[in-house]
This record gives sequence, structure tokens and C-alpha cells, in this order.
Amino acid sequence: MLKKKSEPSGVDTVESAAQDPEKEQPWKELGLKEDEYQSIREILGRRPTSSELAMYSVMWSEHCSYKSSKIYLRQFGEKVTEEMKEHLMVGMGENAGVVDIGEGLAVTFKVESHNHPSYIEPFQGAATGVGGIVRDILSMGARPVAVMDQLRFGAPEKADTARVVHGVVDGISFYGNCLGLPNIGGETVFDAVYQGNPLVNALSIGALKHEDLQLAKASNAGDLVILFGARTGADGIGGVSVLASETFGDEGPTKRPAVQVGDPFAEKVLIECCLELYHSGVVAGIQDLGGAGISCATSELASNGGMGMKIQLKNVLLRDESLTPEEILMSESQERMCAIVPRKHLKGFEKIVNKWEVEYSVLGEVINEDRLYIDWGDEEIVNVPPRTVAHDGPVYNRPVAYPKHQDALNADTSASIKRAENSTELAAQLMQLIASPNHADKSWITSQYDRYVLGNTALAQPDDGGMIRISEDTGLGVALATDANGKYCYLDPYEGARQALAEAYRNVAATGAVPRAVTNCLNFGSPENPEVMWQFKQATAGLADACQELGIPVTGGNVSFYNQTGDTAIYPTPVVGVLGVIDDVARRIPSGWQDDGNNIYLLGTTADELDGSAWAKDLHNHLGGKPPKVDLNKEKQLAELLHGASMQGLVEAAHDVSEGGLGVAILEAALRFNVGARVWLGELMERDGIDVTAALFSESQSRVIVSVGREDDVKFQALCEARGVPVLRIGVTDKENASVEIKDIATLELSEIRMAWSETMPRLFS
Amino acid sequence: MRIGVITYPGTLDDRDAQRAVRLAGGTPVPLWHADDDLKKVDAVVLPGGFSYGDYLRCGAIAAQAPATKEVIRLAEKGLPVLGICNGFQVLVESHLLPGGLIRNEKQHFVCRDQKLRVENVNTAWTNLFEKDEEITIPLKNGEGGYIAHEETLKMLEAENRVVFRYLDVNPNGSMNDIAGLTNERGNVVGLMPHPEHAVEPGFGPDTEVATRSGIDGLKFFQSALKALVNS
Repeated sequence: MLKKKSEPSGVDTVESAAQDPEKEQPWKELGLKEDEYQSIREILGRRPTSSELAMYSVMWSEHCSYKSSKIYLRQFGEKVTEEMKEHLMVGMGENAGVVDIGEGLAVTFKVESHNHPSYIEPFQGAATGVGGIVRDILSMGARPVAVMDQLRFGAPEKADTARVVHGVVDGISFYGNCLGLPNIGGETVFDAVYQGNPLVNALSIGALKHEDLQLAKASNAGDLVILFGARTGADGIGGVSVLASETFGDEGPTKRPAVQVGDPFAEKVLIECCLELYHSGVVAGIQDLGGAGISCATSELASNGGMGMKIQLKNVLLRDESLTPEEILMSESQERMCAIVPRKHLKGFEKIVNKWEVEYSVLGEVINEDRLYIDWGDEEIVNVPPRTVAHDGPVYNRPVAYPKHQDALNADTSASIKRAENSTELAAQLMQLIASPNHADKSWITSQYDRYVLGNTALAQPDDGGMIRISEDTGLGVALATDANGKYCYLDPYEGARQALAEAYRNVAATGAVPRAVTNCLNFGSPENPEVMWQFKQATAGLADACQELGIPVTGGNVSFYNQTGDTAIYPTPVVGVLGVIDDVARRIPSGWQDDGNNIYLLGTTADELDGSAWAKDLHNHLGGKPPKVDLNKEKQLAELLHGASMQGLVEAAHDVSEGGLGVAILEAALRFNVGARVWLGELMERDGIDVTAALFSESQSRVIVSVGREDDVKFQALCEARGVPVLRIGVTDKENASVEIKDIATLELSEIRMAWSETMPRLFS
Repeated sequence: MRIGVITYPGTLDDRDAQRAVRLAGGTPVPLWHADDDLKKVDAVVLPGGFSYGDYLRCGAIAAQAPATKEVIRLAEKGLPVLGICNGFQVLVESHLLPGGLIRNEKQHFVCRDQKLRVENVNTAWTNLFEKDEEITIPLKNGEGGYIAHEETLKMLEAENRVVFRYLDVNPNGSMNDIAGLTNERGNVVGLMPHPEHAVEPGFGPDTEVATRSGIDGLKFFQSALKALVNS
């Protein structure tokens, strides 16, 4: 039997805070700095109660307040033109950005990190990562329509990597499949730098009609504050490093699991329930509960609406009756939402939640006063201005220092690596690369995800981007691709971030869609390390500048700091997602050729850029020098060309040339539908003045390979010329011979390539 | 012709099944699990998903729903019923079809374009196929391994009640490569793969001709419409 708490003596009230002003408080254990604690005291004119301290500590944590990144993130809102804002319905700062895609429709999308929980408990960490981002999308009034995951693991041969890979993939599979959301793409990267700190980023996209847009705001006094969905339990307390302290009462369970536990069935029901609530017009504002739980939802809803709230915390439905008020305020139990409901709509609200058998309770009401009052029974435990909790947290301009190793790193170029001397060696390198964990077939992972559900998937992995039809009437759809090359960012975070954007942009263009908006998940080491802060400063500047150059705005995203093992930070890894719009998904372009005798063209030019390449790192274990140059004007021209070609139906297949270079791109395009090719590199080497190693493995940007039917040849070449995109015929597709022949180098049987490519992941992880 | 599609809490492919009915030329009628009124539909689809979160056993709770009980009653009188994936599990839990479905042999959820052989074309849902026709439709399940007693398997084979068999790859360890079954009367069909995801060019499995152009699933729904016209 649960012990009944001895009330009211155990609870720290506003009254007792006044009576006992100098009581020792565990602000340090809760992750606050001394000056932060002092400023809370100044705001309140007294010491905070333990509940208030809990709220401030979670809301002012790095995760919730963006205190170290805020001054840099501002650029994404400042470096924008009117033109960039044209399609932006909701920008940064809301749960997710919303982009107009035409026909009265909009999409909302965002990528978020769940890195730390996914290392501690990979299955639940990854599962709730999916659940959390989907609720963000849902809270904008949208029906979630797809997910993607950006995964970075440690060295594949290390035993612990298998633990993380299995847990993470199972967690995503379990949660995403059960939610009924197609998983349409993502990334999987292996590198020892992520050994003790894997990156698990989750992206979701949702669709809505313009008029269905919901905002997280409580604007009308008298409206009810209703918590619904799963009950509140002890899970997730300390998700924001809080329950290091045992100070909150001696009774009840002490060791709270810091990782949340997910129930996708509850979330699926919650999605359908919320969508019905929106459509029936009974909700005036909505907020999902994620990090910082009720503390976040109440203070943000009130602050966003410029109002206050009066809450009775005893009304929260609990899974565990022994929870203290502080724990209830901080719990990160999943599958919960907080709605603002006008009183006249309460009956309508109840009818719908009852239909879906979703539990709810009325916590309180919105008040026209700049105050968030929270009572525990008859006692007042919180009395604060909501804005000070939600939005006026500390802002830091942390020290920045140019890394000591940077110059030496940049000076150590790949020129020191001995290049292959004959065709046998080159062919062996190419085969080694296609079989390496970073380029091998990822279907061992992706076949564990449902890509068909909802019936609107026009493209999914392994194509360059995922594509989803939004309107069944017209075929209007969106494409999405995400990219980040941590190695490039390590060599030069400014250029690396620009490259991440350029590649995602190019991938979207390669599907036939027109890039329109950006989301990002900025994964970095500790902000308290000035060298990491320099990387962050450079990467955000690079990304913001590049967005401005390409004319597509950042609509939202997430920052994840403290990704490091001991003093060793991960590579700076700014994952960039680009959303594109396509007026009819029937025009989509897959990444591999299927017809016989089509010409293969290489668009763009190739320089000898092997620093930071897969050839250098995966084959020669070398990382140094300068990453490939990014020319965003070229990217723009290329994207416009691909769009034009797609509009005229000139291109059968298009595949981005990126990591692994042209050699890997050709093999991937052949493997897609198991159709071979005959390729020659001589003209390329001559035109661009490069050797065969550079021709095969250079990672020069702004390049795509396309296959074009012979009947469209003249038109296509004319289009390239008109758009100013360098074009070179490098081969022809070959359905008869099941092989890829690279003239003067090797003829590789498709069966042989496929075996090398597809056996790696099962060998490592099955 | 009106074909009902039941939605349970946790059902995922209900709107896909409705779309398939529409594309086949029928009128989809959404049905709610808690309602025992089947709205006088001419046939019923139990769609895929994770009804009730797969708690207890897949399909076990949905088998007790008021709408399912009505389906059982009418199926015994000849109402055409198609159970897809979780719907197949519901049919098995409802004893409209024999055997059981367990966790995939390799313990992982699997999503793939699956080749099948249609072995029985005398059912309400397969009459437009040719005997032994080979088709490809998506398969996606975590608990699709078909099991049954030896006598049951013998009986199913002897009575030609195995409607679909896995070809090339048995993705989940099903006994006798069984992908789908029918009842004695041929009006109730259950299978693990998803015909409703292969009904529209551009959104189905890849084919030799073009990406995502496979529509082999459409004939399931057209078959039902034909059976209804003929009945």
C-alpha cells in the first residue's frame, strides 16, 4: 500500500517561502548557476518555493531555454529577405514552422535530437524521440504524415555500437510503425567520434489546411486549461538533469528513470483525438508536453497569450499517487497534451475525448493577470510571472576561441595519401567503399520501418529524398532530404554547414521538387568549451548566410549541446533538412535508372577535392585539410535545371554525387533497380584536368548524375546550356549486361556489387 | 456496392483500405469498432494496424469489439470479409479462420515488396486472378508468422484453402509459406501482406517497368465487387 503523504506539512508553499527566506535550496543540484538562482530571487522578491525552483530549473536549462545558442540563432530570423518570408506562415519559436505549399495547404516540419536518452536506453530513447517530434507537429494543427531519422553511431566493430544500433532501430520501428507514419528516409553514419555519444535525431512532417493552424496560446480569460492523454508518472524526471537531487521528499520512489517511456498506441489515439478536436473547433490553443512537462506547457501557453493561469495541481491524473508536486511539474511522461478550451465548448470537448477513450482533467483556467498561480490543494505553491519562466531565461554570450588544433588539422591534407597505381587497385577501392558501413545498403535498417502506410509515399529510401503526396486531388506534394557531414564541419564548420544545406537542397532538387524551407538540428559538444562555441558560431553563421543566398528560410529546429565523451566533443554536426514542393508527385525522379540505352550525364564540374572524403577517411583513415568548396550559385542553377527537366519529363533518374564521389554514385544508381551501365571517365579527366582517383572519388559539390532517354538528348543538352550548367556524357545504361563497366578500370558484375554492398549491415548487426 | 472498413483504436491502414475500395469502383463506408451497426454494407474490410496497441495478443481485443461480433455473425451467413495484416489476426482471433500468427522468425518488423502466388481463385476476394498467378504487394508486419496444428495444415491444403503463398522469400517463418487463407465458404479471406498498398500507380511496389507502379492489389477489391454483382 502506498503511504499517504502527511499534508500539508511536507509541501513548500509561497507562504513558507516568505516565512523562511534563507532556507538552503538545491539550486546547484538542479543545474542552476548561482547568478541564475539569484535572478530568480530578484524576479520573485523572495526565495522560490521548491516547486518554483523546479520549474525555473527545467525551463532555464540549456535544453529548454537555448541560453547558450540564442544569440546565434537570431541570425536565422534576421538574415532573411521579404521574398524568403513569402511562403512562411509560422516561423521560428513555435513548436514547428509552417510553410504554405499552395492550394490552401500547408506543411509543418521539424527535426529534433534525442541523443542522450538514446545512449542510456536506446530503445525508449529513440522511440520517445519519434513520439516527441510527432506531438510537436500535431500541436500545430497538422496531421503528421511522415517521419525520418538521422542516426550517427560509433565504430561498427565495437560491441557497444551493436547495442545502440539495435535499440535505436527497434525503438524507431516500434514507435513509428505503430503510429502509422511512413518512414521515408534519413541518414545512418558510423564514426568512432560518436562512440560514447550517438546522435539520434528525429524529423516529422505534417500537413494541414491553412485554416486549421493551431497556436500554443492562451488568450482568453476564463478559458479552461485541460490536460489530456496519458497519465502523469515518474518517468522522465531529470530528463533535463534534475533528479540528481534527492531533496524532494524522502517518501515514495527515489530513483526516477531519467529516460521517458513511450506508448505509441496512446499517441496514435491522441493524434486522431486531437485532429477531431481541432476540426470541431472546440480548442482555442494547444501545446504538447515534452521536455519540462507541465512546467513548460502552462508557462508557455500563458506567456504566449500574454495572460496568466490558475492551476490546481491536485487535478492532474497520476499513474503514481506518491508523486510530489515538484515531480508532477517536472515529469516528462509521454503522450500528453494541454488544451485551452472555452467553457462553452467543454461538452463538445468531453464528447470527443470520451469517444477516443482518452483521459482528461481540467487543471484550471486562464486569467487576465500576468501571473501563473499553482495550488496544491489549499496551498499556493507557485506564484510567478509566466514569461519569466518560459521566455525570459538567461542568455549567455559564451567565450569563443579558435581551436588550437585547427591550423594543423587544415594543413594536414590528403595529398600525403598514396593514390592507386593501377586499375585493379582502383576497382578494389571502389568495391571497398561500396561495402564500407557508411555506404553499404541500409535496408537492414529501413526494412524495419513501414514506408507504405497512408498510401502517399512517392519516394522513400534509398532515393535521394523522401516524397509525400499531400493532395490526393491534384498530386501536390513535398519532398524532404536531410544531410550533415560532420567531417567537413570539423575541418571547417562555416563551410561544412553551408555544404550540409547545399547537399540537402540538391537532394530535394534531384527528386524534381523546388526547395522552399529549412529545418535544422545542431548537434555540438559542450558550450562551456570556447572551441566548441567557435564551431557553433561558425556553423550557424555559415548556415544562416547560405540560407539567405539560396533564398530559403529556416523555419525551426533544435540545438543539442554537451555531445561529448569526457573532454572530447563529437564533430560539429549540424543536420540540415530541406523541404521542397512539387506540384504533382507523378513527376518525381527516382535515384536509379531503369531503362536500357539511356545516356548518363554528369552535371557540374569535378576538382581534385579529396580532403575529408570517404576515400580519405574510410579507406585511408585520414581526416585533414579543407572540405570541398561550396558554390551556392551553382547549386541554384543546378536545382533550376533539374526542376525544368522534371517539368518537361526529360530525366529518367537523378542521383546526387556526394560522399564517396562519382564512383559510388554510379554504383548506387545501378543498384537501385539492378540495371547496369557502361561508363567512361576519360573525357571528364581531360575536361576538368583531374586524375582517375579524383574522377572516381572526389567529393566536389554541385554535381548530379542523370539518365536521359536518347529521344530527349538534344532538348536536355540545350536546357543545360541555357541554364549554364556544365554537362558531360559519361556513359549509357545497360539492361542486357548485368554489370557496371568502367572503361579502362574494371567490369563489375551487379551481383558481385550487390553482394558486397548488402552483406555488410547484416554481417555487423544480425 | 458499399464496402465497410472498420476502424479500431490503433488501426492504421483504414484510410488506405477506403481508398482502395474507391479506386476499385466501390463506395467505402467507414465503420466504428464500438458500433454494432454495419450500416448494411455489402462487404467488410478489417484493415491493418495495431488495434489496441497489440496488447494481450495481436487482434485479440479487437475480436471482442461490437462491430467485430456483428462481422462474425454476418460472415457466417456469407458476407464477404477481407482481413489484412492486423485484420487477418482479428479473423484468426475470432475463429473465422484457423491457426495463429506469431512473432516473425527473425524477431524484427519487416517491410518489403513481397511476391505471392494466388492459389485459390474461387474466393470473393480473388476471383479476378488466374490460378497460380504471381503477384507482388507490400508486406509489413512484426507478427506475421503463420502457425497451425499439423492436422489443420493438412486440412487447409486438402481443401485448397491456402489462398496466397509466399514466393522466393518466406519473410516471417510462416508454416507451408502460407501468406493468406480462406474459410470453407470462400467469403472470408485473411492475409498478412497489404493489397491496399498496391492499388494506385506511383504509390505501390517497384516493378520491372517503373518505380512504384505495382497495382496487383486492386484486383482484390474488384473481385469483391464482381462477386457482389454476381450474388
